[in-house]
Amino acid sequence: MPRETLLNIILFLMLPATAGAALLLDEPFIITLVTKAAILALAGVGLNIALGLGGLVSFGHAAFFGLGGYAMGILASHAQSYTPLMETPFLIEGTKSMLVIWGVALATAALAALAIGALSLRTTGVYFIMITLAFGQMLYYFAISWPAYGGEDGLSIYVRNDFPGLNTLDPIQFFAITFGVLAIALFGASRIAKAPFGLALSAARQNPERVETVGLAPFRLRLVAFVISGAVTGLAGALFADLNRFVSPTMFSWHTSGEIMVFVILGGVGRLFGPVAGAALFILLEHVLGGISDFWQVYLGLLLLLVVLFARGGLIGTLAGREVAHD
Amino acid sequence: MSLILLIEQVLNGLQFGVMLFLMAAGLTLIFGVMGLINLAHGSLYMVGAFAAAAVAGWTGSFILALIGALAAAAAAGALVELLVIRRLYDRDHLDQVLATFALILIFSEGTRWLFGSFPLFLDVPAALAGPVMLPGGILYPLYRLVIIGVGLLVAAGLFLLIAKTRIGVRIRAGEADREMIAALGVDISKLYTIVFALGAALAGLAGALVGAIQSVQVGMGEPVLILAFVVIVIGGIGSIKGALVGSLLVGLTDTLGGVLLPPLFESFMQASSANSVGSAVASMSIYILMVGVLLFKPSGLFGGN
Repeated sequence: MPRETLLNIILFLMLPATAGAALLLDEPFIITLVTKAAILALAGVGLNIALGLGGLVSFGHAAFFGLGGYAMGILASHAQSYTPLMETPFLIEGTKSMLVIWGVALATAALAALAIGALSLRTTGVYFIMITLAFGQMLYYFAISWPAYGGEDGLSIYVRNDFPGLNTLDPIQFFAITFGVLAIALFGASRIAKAPFGLALSAARQNPERVETVGLAPFRLRLVAFVISGAVTGLAGALFADLNRFVSPTMFSWHTSGEIMVFVILGGVGRLFGPVAGAALFILLEHVLGGISDFWQVYLGLLLLLVVLFARGGLIGTLAGREVAHD
Repeated sequence: MSLILLIEQVLNGLQFGVMLFLMAAGLTLIFGVMGLINLAHGSLYMVGAFAAAAVAGWTGSFILALIGALAAAAAAGALVELLVIRRLYDRDHLDQVLATFALILIFSEGTRWLFGSFPLFLDVPAALAGPVMLPGGILYPLYRLVIIGVGLLVAAGLFLLIAKTRIGVRIRAGEADREMIAALGVDISKLYTIVFALGAALAGLAGALVGAIQSVQVGMGEPVLILAFVVIVIGGIGSIKGALVGSLLVGLTDTLGGVLLPPLFESFMQASSANSVGSAVASMSIYILMVGVLLFKPSGLFGGN
């Protein structure tokens, strides 16, 4: 078995094992931390499809993360106040059902990614980085100055949304839901990477001219990748909002985009489990270093700097060796 | 909308634009010569503001504070270039974004460590405090006019530096072909350090000047950084002229959008919702401007190819 596969299995089992141990030791806070790691990993899995596979350095994935969060916040706040979302031309009511909210979050983020991607993918290189950043900031300022849903203060939801057959307020059950979603997303991402679409996308990253010569349109491949990527990150946003029972414009801020990118890089760009390793390490650092010093982000910065400068494959690259598909 | 208010807002927009230019000029030079995206440029702005506040606190002199800001930002810039940035020149943009993002974390939290979380205050010097009467009976703060003047002077100096001096020739040559000027015997790594320190000093100057009208606090550089990126993307990355035009466009759009858009929406909407829609659109206006420019000119107004 290749070392990376073994590492992936360990990483995959690590989350439920930690949550299970925390349950036995009666440490619900640890379960919440692991849940947070799983959700952030999901956001990273989304970004990794665009970044790792497609080579699209999106600095605006907070846009999708935030849209997913607000999809949850808006639907749940209407359900909680028993006011319809809109009455004309047809009635739309709020909902507390997680499954419906996920659907809406996926669809909203996908639509936004389609629009943002169609415009941004006309540019390349630095311009692409900057224009995606600009779209993220656009939504950030919109969320701040739009008073209907809390504006700068954000929106609080009193009770976590419902999932059929489970008590979502129980930390371990909510963890099980998020872990299930993460597992499905990881499976999907691994299939995409091996499917003809993923191979063509990878080829478009490495040599767009050749891809064009064989009759495929790199623009379309990238756009589809960007939409899938945005949708997955949007779903993570909805879960993140549900975890905190709170959404605020911070979810849209460029710091969030940077952090999602950090998960992917810390773990290893283009590695299937890179975001899982990265998010778990991030949460671990936040918790451990945060306990030692209020200024833990200095250490995070130093670590990130060292990873970028000296350990180019990220955590997984360092542990498992040999690059697989990232150039 | 009265004419006087409009003129005041135009002046505010100019002042904002000129400060953005000081940031954007450094960014665009660094990108043009070294091909580097420097997210940590906002941190250098913050370093300048904190250095100015600290020096002003010790000595009480605004001139010394400005000199301190320039020196501290240039020194921080040179140090960062020597330690970190020079390892990034031949990396891809992703690595540059991440490494400089890491630098932001280190700078911001480090500054919080040194100075605490509470904002510092830098006073406008007494000689420049208070309003001045402009022709047409407009009262306008003298300090802001001085900022516009200083900004335009620096812009002119920068153009002269680039167009007329030996170092300017080297910078332009570096933009055109890095390998060639290294092959011609120019010490390229020294040139890089100088350009980086120059950009840092400009950012530090902007931070110090703005620090006197806003509070000096951790994270103050980030909104300006993002706007400076918008500016150089609109102007065309690598072009100083583009940075100047872009800065003024962004400064004016941002300031005037906030004043003009809500009444504009009021003309066809209910007053209450017009206000919120207007201010929401106004806060997004510069990003809309940027997207608009990129759709028609994907490499900015003055960007080559």
